[in-house]
Amino acid sequence: MSESIAHHDEHRDDEASKLGIWLFIFTELLFFGGLFITYAVYRHAHPQAFHMAAQQLDVAVGTINTVILLISSMTIAMATTSIQKKDKRTTLILIGITLVLALVFLVNKYFEWSAKIDHGIWPGSPLLEELGKGDTLFFGLYFFMTGLHALHIIIGMILIIVIFVRVRKDKISFDNFQLLENGGLYWHLVDLIWIFLFPLFYLIT
Amino acid sequence: MSSNTTDNTGYKSYLEEDGGRKGIFKWILSTDHKRIGLLYLYAMMLWFCVGVVLGLLMKLELIAPGKTLMEAQAYNATFTVHGVIMIFLIVIPGLPAVFGNFMLPIQIGAKDVAFPRLNLFSWYIYILGGILVIISLFGNGPPDTGWTFYAPYSFKTGTNMLPAALGAFVLGFSSILTGLNFIVTIHRMRAPGMTWFKMPLFPWTLYGTAWIQLLATPIIGITLLMVAGERILGIGFFDPAKGGDPLLYQHLFWIYSHPAVYIMILPAMGAISEIIPTFAKKTIFGYKAIVFSTLAIAFVGYFVWGHHMYTSGMSGAALWAFSLLTFIVAIPSAIKVFNWISTMHQGSISTEIPFLWAASFIFIFMIGGLTGLVLGSLAIDVHVHDTAFVVAHFHFIVFGGVGFAFFGAIHYWFSKIFGRKYDPSWAKTGWIIFFIGFVTLYGPMFYLGIKGMPRRYFDYLEEFHGPNIISTLGAMVMVAGFLIILVNLIKSARHGEKTTEMNPWGGTNLEWQVPTPPPLENFDEIPVIDKATYKYD
Repeated sequence: MSESIAHHDEHRDDEASKLGIWLFIFTELLFFGGLFITYAVYRHAHPQAFHMAAQQLDVAVGTINTVILLISSMTIAMATTSIQKKDKRTTLILIGITLVLALVFLVNKYFEWSAKIDHGIWPGSPLLEELGKGDTLFFGLYFFMTGLHALHIIIGMILIIVIFVRVRKDKISFDNFQLLENGGLYWHLVDLIWIFLFPLFYLIT
Repeated sequence: MSSNTTDNTGYKSYLEEDGGRKGIFKWILSTDHKRIGLLYLYAMMLWFCVGVVLGLLMKLELIAPGKTLMEAQAYNATFTVHGVIMIFLIVIPGLPAVFGNFMLPIQIGAKDVAFPRLNLFSWYIYILGGILVIISLFGNGPPDTGWTFYAPYSFKTGTNMLPAALGAFVLGFSSILTGLNFIVTIHRMRAPGMTWFKMPLFPWTLYGTAWIQLLATPIIGITLLMVAGERILGIGFFDPAKGGDPLLYQHLFWIYSHPAVYIMILPAMGAISEIIPTFAKKTIFGYKAIVFSTLAIAFVGYFVWGHHMYTSGMSGAALWAFSLLTFIVAIPSAIKVFNWISTMHQGSISTEIPFLWAASFIFIFMIGGLTGLVLGSLAIDVHVHDTAFVVAHFHFIVFGGVGFAFFGAIHYWFSKIFGRKYDPSWAKTGWIIFFIGFVTLYGPMFYLGIKGMPRRYFDYLEEFHGPNIISTLGAMVMVAGFLIILVNLIKSARHGEKTTEMNPWGGTNLEWQVPTPPPLENFDEIPVIDKATYKYD
């Protein structure tokens, strides 16, 4: 149905696609919402164990990763502004910085996880069973939620790579940048979820 | 007649417009909302036949106490797969995916949905979910946990339940994306002049449904992922031995799965609200009451999930709050019933096939709804919880409600969709046999439940024998009726008498003002709406 695709493009509706990404963000928030409920329930059930377990996490790495994501959110937002100023080169640099920051986040995450696994802490590990129910649940949630978040980072990176290529090919330009804006919105969501994960796991001890 | 038939010159219907593709690619690569609607219809029809066979096997097993056809394990697998197929593959996508896709853009005066490619993608996700469900049947044997995947069964069972749960997860994506597409379509693409309160009721119910799809489905998504984590890694979220809480699973599951009931029933109510004024030749009574009760159901429906768990262990305060909310959510449903009946009052009713389905829908839905209140009452529920009464209740609502509305809708829009007529006498025969079979099948189960026959057992006490025989006979009658309906529709869609009549029933919505079958982009020129719909002079 090439006609209808052509038709779809010629009647581009940026408002519609922005509304679409916002609705998708709602679903993502509720998706993580199920985990936040679970976290709340189990924290309530095992306050002491959660308190102790949270001290095992490295606040410094968590803080660095928070800063990294906040900066990357800023750079992608700046990219959306600079494309509107017809500055393709700056746009590409800003998107590139966002990608690099995302990668650094994942590398940090990798070292963080590896350290835990080296200490015998992974979901369902024998050590956790010894440590008790509270620790099992805390680290179960830690790996599950940060893992799911990391998956979102990866999806976001793929999206941003697509956007990068399309900016290079001038498919995204000053008068047609909705995909960039939507990608930015999605990236902010990934950032936002981390803003909640960080205090829940690292700071509240 | 001439103004009511389609001028065939210079116009190509969507069925002839193949986009230069051949064979099956005309369908599976098309982003036309009408073809996608039919893709869903065909897939669902196949699944429904499988689900019906499984249901019939269960009823045959229950024709006598003890083993008739299968042992406990096979029976458990049968009701699980029956439930998974019927719920996740048929009634949840149900009316929105088929008639929503086909009719929504036409009814609001648009050329397609907002995101046509996403729409086709949703269908592929749906098919992927179906394939995962099929995969679950092999390996260690089909899942035996019930469609609810309750913990701790779901991570203790040795059967192949993971693909089924992942299938439900994937199908959730399809549902979310369809809902997202519809919300954006309704917000952005209504024809000029079609204000919110000039929009027909079927799109309105799709709108309410879409919000539930969007906001409730993620919860089951994450819950099923957690079950997967439980099975694969042994994380312990729902495992009491590791500190987890199986009750939390039930809460999370029903936070989605109760609103899911409204995903099923709201579009069914929408279809009924289309059919009744058309055949009563009267403006729908209380248009705004139907709109607001739709939104009220969609909203309050989020807060009643606890009534599935009265006996699971909750605080007394939670129990009565959920019970109260359950009674409150019944009110908007009742409002709709009053609206439909008032619409018929003093109308000039013609009892065509779609109307028969709609009228019997109201009858069945009333029984289903009122027995829902029986179950919503705390004291009685403790008595009938997990008995055949519950099974009867939700089949009256889910199968009676959605199924009857679905059959009503397909008989209502059949000629518009296929450009052919069905045989009305066979359709009527099928309907009456189906209706009698339905009531005979599920009616006795209310009695059995009150007498204490539990659900989900392949065996029962001798004292339950009589009503079970009646119920099984009812099942056979109903399946016979279903086959008549199905064969009649399939035959008519292929070889029925061709028609180009634009408005055979005298409906007032936009779908009756486009050619039959509609052209690729529905409208040559987007219509301008200047009056409310459902107006009969």
